[in-house]
Amino acid sequence: MSIASLIGQVLVLIGAFFYVVSALGLIRMPDVYNRMQTATKSATLGSLGVIIGAGIWAIGEVGSYSWIPKTLVIAIFLLLTNPISAHALIRAAYRSGVPLWEGSVVDKYKEAEKSLERVEGIKGNLEEALEEGEKDE
Amino acid sequence: MIAVYLFLIAAAVVLSMYRFFRGPTTADRIVAVDIMTTLTTGLMVLFALYYKRAIFLDVALVYAVLAFVGVVAFARYMEGGL
Repeated sequence: MSIASLIGQVLVLIGAFFYVVSALGLIRMPDVYNRMQTATKSATLGSLGVIIGAGIWAIGEVGSYSWIPKTLVIAIFLLLTNPISAHALIRAAYRSGVPLWEGSVVDKYKEAEKSLERVEGIKGNLEEALEEGEKDE
Repeated sequence: MIAVYLFLIAAAVVLSMYRFFRGPTTADRIVAVDIMTTLTTGLMVLFALYYKRAIFLDVALVYAVLAFVGVVAFARYMEGGL
């Protein structure tokens, strides 16, 4: 057993552990938002471990260096696109009215929407005042 | 040794299928599908190592691209923009 396949096996073991943890988090967490956050984070880290580890393991197992560029491309693609799909999915869930868990205490999205509405209201009042001032002149 | 990791990740896929069949809302099911596709990509890379065929890596890359497009399309559909 060469040193490359040993390093690859350790990386694949870490990645498989994080995969199982992400599946457990998908089952155990109370609502959609918690499930998405725990599952996506650990699945992304697990993919990095498993895929790059398989590329390094192939040096000792197959005897070829050509696996490393391909596995790096797959790993970087997953690292870039997993957060994007999670963001799109969770925003769609929030907008379609999936309720938060009753133990949740922070809802930053609703706070941001409320402060935006307040700013719009102040802007509307200012514009009305300006128009009235022009009429008086 | 690779077969052990294959069984471990396949068990993770089966565990996340529980959330797919059980999930109370549509968003839960799509989250489960997203995680299952991520796990399946890793499974395909390990299968390429198991059979010692580098061509299976290309299959894994195409599967990752199609899974990403599918999940984003489902999200747009839930939001009402598709």
